Amino acid sequence: MRKKFAAMAAGVILASAVALPVLADPVDDTLSIDGVDITTRTKATEGLPFEEIYSGWLFREAETRATEADPFANPGMLAVERGEEIWNTIDGSKGQSCASCHNDAAETMKGIAADYPKWDADAKRPINIELQIDKCRVENMGAEAYKFDSEQQIALTSYIKHQSLGMPVSVDLSKGELQSWWDKGKEAYYTRTGQLNFSCASCHETAMGKHIRADHLSQGQINGFPTYRFQQAAMVSLHSRFRGCTRDTRAEMPAAFSDQLMALELYVTWRGTGLSVETPAVRH
Amino acid sequence: MATPKPRVKLPKSAAAGEVITIKTLISHEMESGQRKDKDGNTIPRKIINKFTCEFNGAPVFSCDIDPAVSANPYFEFNAKVNEAGTFKFTWVDDDGSVYSDEQKIDVK
Repeated sequence: MRKKFAAMAAGVILASAVALPVLADPVDDTLSIDGVDITTRTKATEGLPFEEIYSGWLFREAETRATEADPFANPGMLAVERGEEIWNTIDGSKGQSCASCHNDAAETMKGIAADYPKWDADAKRPINIELQIDKCRVENMGAEAYKFDSEQQIALTSYIKHQSLGMPVSVDLSKGELQSWWDKGKEAYYTRTGQLNFSCASCHETAMGKHIRADHLSQGQINGFPTYRFQQAAMVSLHSRFRGCTRDTRAEMPAAFSDQLMALELYVTWRGTGLSVETPAVRH
Repeated sequence: MATPKPRVKLPKSAAAGEVITIKTLISHEMESGQRKDKDGNTIPRKIINKFTCEFNGAPVFSCDIDPAVSANPYFEFNAKVNEAGTFKFTWVDDDGSVYSDEQKIDVK
């Protein structure tokens, strides 16, 4: 009798151990935005410890997923529209706007953001969309670089990235010294920091799909940034999110666009190779 | 924050008696009046406190909005269309500003 009870208890424990991860899996759902099919799950690129990679969209609630699926309801589209205004507004001493050189963003910026970060041969470091905008502003427009996370920087970045909606993320590591920056990014990803002693991998690789308090941990993919987050009721940039994650481990936050975060952006972008650009994604 | 910009989406035409879906969204910070700035002073409340929708002058939908509603309020509702006409939408701000938008619909 006692033996039977023990066996039953073991059975219960086994059942709950098996059942829990199933609850936490990414949902089985497909995303299409204005007729554009979005790849939210795909085969992981070689070298990743996953078979499949998942967009953060698959980890959010049905209501949040529906908000992203409808560009009208997506509050991130307000930032995209604002970005379009900035694109066409003359700024700086040379009387130029983005459109003066790049004309219609729907044509000239299509697919551009999907391939960033790229190698910047002048600065000898990786360059992302935010820094590319600044480079254009300083060198070609005679305007000042944007302050980190200014409303204009987030809006214009969102607008430019949105032109690549649905296109697969890919980075070309053969350019310049990108491979060594990728190595640095990988090291940063797996290095434990802060009083909580967490690395990026602690949450987004080992504990993916589980809950950390009330947060449902995603795979930490960045294909939807800048992202509209209900928590802030605002657009959140990638480097702000990196800094926020670092703060949550109770570590010192690295500066936006610092070498450490640029390496991390390159590496984490690579981890999402093949997922669609979702900007502006909607998360909670 | 930029001037609130209303957005409305509804079909351009409908069959007589058809029930259509109307979606509205306005960009607005919806400052609740319960937050403090970094000096400890209360940030004054500034929200959209009322939303109405009329069709050819007759009320279709309206609601009062309270501080718990998050930024960029979004409303989606249905309306039965029996005749061609104009939907008029208004959002009333705490500071007295009224933002409005109109959209015509044809009946096939």
